[in-house]
Amino acid sequence: MERTAVRGRLTWQAATVTGLTPETAAVVTITLDPPDWPGHQAGQHLDVRLTAEDGYVAERSYSIASAPGEPLAITVERLEDGEVSPYLTEELRAGDQLELRGPIGGYFVWKPADASPLTLLAGGSGVVPLRAILRDRLRTGSDVPARLLYSARTLPDVIYRDELGQHHDGVAVSYTLTRAQPPGWTGHTGRIDAGLLADAAWPATAKPLAYVCGPTSFVETAAAGLVGLGYPPDRVKTERFGATGGH
Amino acid sequence: MSPISRGFRGRRRAPAGQEGRLPPGQYLTEDFPVLSAGPTPHTPLADWTFSITQGGATEQSWSWQEFRAVPSEDVTADIHCVTRWSKFDTRWRGVSVDTLLDQAGQDAPYVLAFCDGGYTTNLPIEDVTGGKAWVAFDYDGQPLEPEHGGPARLLVPHLYFWKSAKWVRGLALRDHDAPGFWETYGYHMYGDPWKEQRYAGD
Repeated sequence: MERTAVRGRLTWQAATVTGLTPETAAVVTITLDPPDWPGHQAGQHLDVRLTAEDGYVAERSYSIASAPGEPLAITVERLEDGEVSPYLTEELRAGDQLELRGPIGGYFVWKPADASPLTLLAGGSGVVPLRAILRDRLRTGSDVPARLLYSARTLPDVIYRDELGQHHDGVAVSYTLTRAQPPGWTGHTGRIDAGLLADAAWPATAKPLAYVCGPTSFVETAAAGLVGLGYPPDRVKTERFGATGGH
Repeated sequence: MSPISRGFRGRRRAPAGQEGRLPPGQYLTEDFPVLSAGPTPHTPLADWTFSITQGGATEQSWSWQEFRAVPSEDVTADIHCVTRWSKFDTRWRGVSVDTLLDQAGQDAPYVLAFCDGGYTTNLPIEDVTGGKAWVAFDYDGQPLEPEHGGPARLLVPHLYFWKSAKWVRGLALRDHDAPGFWETYGYHMYGDPWKEQRYAGD
């Protein structure tokens, strides 16, 4: 499992797109069959490369949505001003070839042997690597208790909603809807703040390990909030993407 | 030979006449995205120091006030993040690393920049001397914001931007090169954007 830290050159390979599953109006999960995937850890990402007919190339990184051992998948949100994400979510078809390399990143990863309770904080499509962690937890039979707080604009923007609702033993999922709530909504509302974090995250006394992923403003607030609750900064792993980061 | 991505045309090509400023695999952004591995540290300026160390011993240390009294200069540079955004003509003010090393009177073939929050990154001495690197404290005419590395960050614009360590607190002079934080996790030891040295082995 430590292979990623020492392995040599990450080579590009052409994976076959085996499926595209819409998650929300703007989000698609793409399953991929690469010829030589070395395995990965939950939380890692991979690079995708698109090549135009005239040779122009665009590369982007995407969090891996699948757990280790599952068919490789990424979940991509279409950004209106994006270059790669509109292609992946609207043009790509099953059977197409997609160049990728990975896995990449060895810090924002979860290891099933870690016994720490998990505090998972997701902003928007930042839920993707956290979903991989929850799936890995389930597949490996880990019994660490996990709390996921997921901030989304509206209920229809929630990715993996059905799947997240099916986690039971030891996993508590809560939502906050920042822009609009359906009638009868009993979850949280508004952007995360200290009070919501104190309610949804493990107390620092439980010696939790936190993974925070989302847009910069979300991550800044969430990570600072956890430190405010007494989490040591080195127990708060963050992954950020700019609101208009250009995917 | 890469397969053609059917129907892909590309929207973010370099502006006409500026193609030569954009390293391979990069796109131009007007934003200033933020990337870091943990919470943003907030060290009070009264507690802040910048140190040059060698062999575990502190050779020279500046308080914030002393550091700000060191002559500084304006720097305009293009910056390139390994996550593929580039930003042209960013405007900084900072103290040249040459000046700091001169005041410390020390030399070594490599440095390891160390930071609040435990972040580190390694650089050859030639890449932080000769007018190529600064400890920057202003961005675009304003004090550098904490999320962008304030109160001060390293600025080494000719390498991928993870080498421009945020919240920098000093340079450890070293006889041998050793990986810093991201380098330990598979990123390239040197990080030349013009050679696309993103990951180990590139």
